[in-house]
Amino acid sequence: MQTTVVREQELSQVKSHIKKERRQLLIRRFLSNKLAVTGSVIIVIILLFTFVGPLLASYDPYELEAKQRLLEPSDAHVFGTDNYGRDLFSRVAYGAKVSIGVGFFVAIITSILGMIIGLYAAYYRSLDNILMRLCDGLMAFPAILLAIAIMAALGPRVENVIIALSIVFTPYVARTVRSSALVIKEQTYIEALKAQGAGATRIIWVNIAPNVISPLVVQATFIFADSIITEAALSFLGAGIPAPAPSWGNLLYDGKMVIFNAWWMTVFPGIAIMLTVFGLNLFGDGLRDLLDPHNNKAKK
Amino acid sequence: METKLLEVKNLKTHFNTERGRVTAVDGVFFTVYAGETVGVVGESGCGKSVTAESILRLLDEKSTEYEGEILYKGKNLLTSTINDMQSVRGNDISMIFQDPMSSLNPVYTVGNQIVESIMLHQNVNKKEAYEKATEMLRLTGIPSPEKRIHEYPHELSGGMRQRVMIAMALSCQPKLLIADEPTTALDVTTQSQILDLINELKVKFNMGTVMITHDLGVVAEVCTKVVVMYLGQVIEEADVRSLFSSPYHPYTDGLLKSIPQLTGDRSKKLHVIEGKVPTLHQIPKGCRFAPRCAFASEKCHEEMPELAQADHSRKVRCWHYKEIFQAGEEGPYVSAADSY
Repeated sequence: MQTTVVREQELSQVKSHIKKERRQLLIRRFLSNKLAVTGSVIIVIILLFTFVGPLLASYDPYELEAKQRLLEPSDAHVFGTDNYGRDLFSRVAYGAKVSIGVGFFVAIITSILGMIIGLYAAYYRSLDNILMRLCDGLMAFPAILLAIAIMAALGPRVENVIIALSIVFTPYVARTVRSSALVIKEQTYIEALKAQGAGATRIIWVNIAPNVISPLVVQATFIFADSIITEAALSFLGAGIPAPAPSWGNLLYDGKMVIFNAWWMTVFPGIAIMLTVFGLNLFGDGLRDLLDPHNNKAKK
Repeated sequence: METKLLEVKNLKTHFNTERGRVTAVDGVFFTVYAGETVGVVGESGCGKSVTAESILRLLDEKSTEYEGEILYKGKNLLTSTINDMQSVRGNDISMIFQDPMSSLNPVYTVGNQIVESIMLHQNVNKKEAYEKATEMLRLTGIPSPEKRIHEYPHELSGGMRQRVMIAMALSCQPKLLIADEPTTALDVTTQSQILDLINELKVKFNMGTVMITHDLGVVAEVCTKVVVMYLGQVIEEADVRSLFSSPYHPYTDGLLKSIPQLTGDRSKKLHVIEGKVPTLHQIPKGCRFAPRCAFASEKCHEEMPELAQADHSRKVRCWHYKEIFQAGEEGPYVSAADSY
């Protein structure tokens, strides 16, 4: 009895040791990837700004102050004020939550939908034609045009922006997932699983799905960035987040009319969008290199 | 030896392709008894693997049609429902694949994958399944299995992975094991270890084994009975000793002559079977081997011979086997069999 207890302890030690080693290797590989590190540093800064920014802002982003219209950046108003006298720093800080929130939810929703559609299209060839032709149809429209059309049908609300962008971007994820899944499906280990008596659902979700996660995650970060831009474009065109709410696109829209008198109204939200998208794209690129085993070999 | 495990009767597998219907397997017969190893040999593209996959019905159901009967313990697998098939696969009949490099899912540890197939068929909890998996790995001769079980496939060598595949295939103690060229991707030392292992486990569990290979050396080493295939058909069936000592079919004869000899005159050129294997789209009308056969007569080009009982334990698909067999010299193949 005594010996078996000792033995089990030994075994669990071995197991945790192996796990620890793998974790360290992963961290080392991540740190040696400059793109991913730079990208994640930028993202962390932006996220900090999103959550801490509103606490630092001493003004209500909705508070109108007729006397304080279009003030230049100063100590009182770090980013200046807009054409209604609202503090721009508060508006950019609160806007971060809206813009990044939209991007985040769109990335999550498209990943889930795209994964389901892509996996089933790859596994069942009869479904493939139907689903992929649907995706082709959606992809035939320019992203922004389709988004405007959907927004026009649904009405201006934050939720509707998320729905519209999810519809626009899902086909891209579905394509990526499908193409990876088609390769995985033909691997011998899937046939071996069938030979062991596994059913379709188990093969699709337990065995194919984890193999398509890495391209999916990379795609999702790009969609995150893309949907922040598209949301800004939508709001800029007046078809996005309804007016008083601060989103980065709305701020640009407001700044457009006074661009020659008040540069700060376009520059600060513009920088916010640029930095976020830049950070996300860097992170996505880094992640792709990190997750792609071929790249690792090439570097060594 | 008495229980008849698997009986394949006149199996035909058709594929509906864009270029029309192709019959990859066209008349395969063999029987496997418990504890027996049946070798299926033939050159690439003769339908060995398709036969194996047909037994478990692993081919794409939409574009494949089966004919004939595959009886497992008297039950026809070709007419079973998908659910019945799933409970047969892995549990009663298991398969080992050719390429151990791609036969394991790279995102899971090997233990995870063995546990998965144990839990598919047996009512055990995860901990018991892990214990069983470790036990199976130990049986296959992997050193320190309790450590290896937590490793991913890429951390193991080819031979190790094939052992893992074997552990997985045997985890539910199947009655019948189909090994589809289990040693082709491995080096010779590992090959012989894996073959010994399969043999050992076969005796231990009293399994019937179907060994698919194009390596006659493997056949000589592990099989009790041999089925020779050519262009989707069984052309000869015999026990291993008599096949090596006196092949009846000219194709088998040619195959055996093509084995390089370790002894004897080295300046002699190696025997080759003249001609090429026709594609499945242009199958000859009569005997399929006739265009390449030195003994072919008019009858051979016109009429296809049936697989006929030649003597008590042997079957052959040839019109002239008696004449050829009497004309040919006997002897050299015995040494060929012994040299392995």
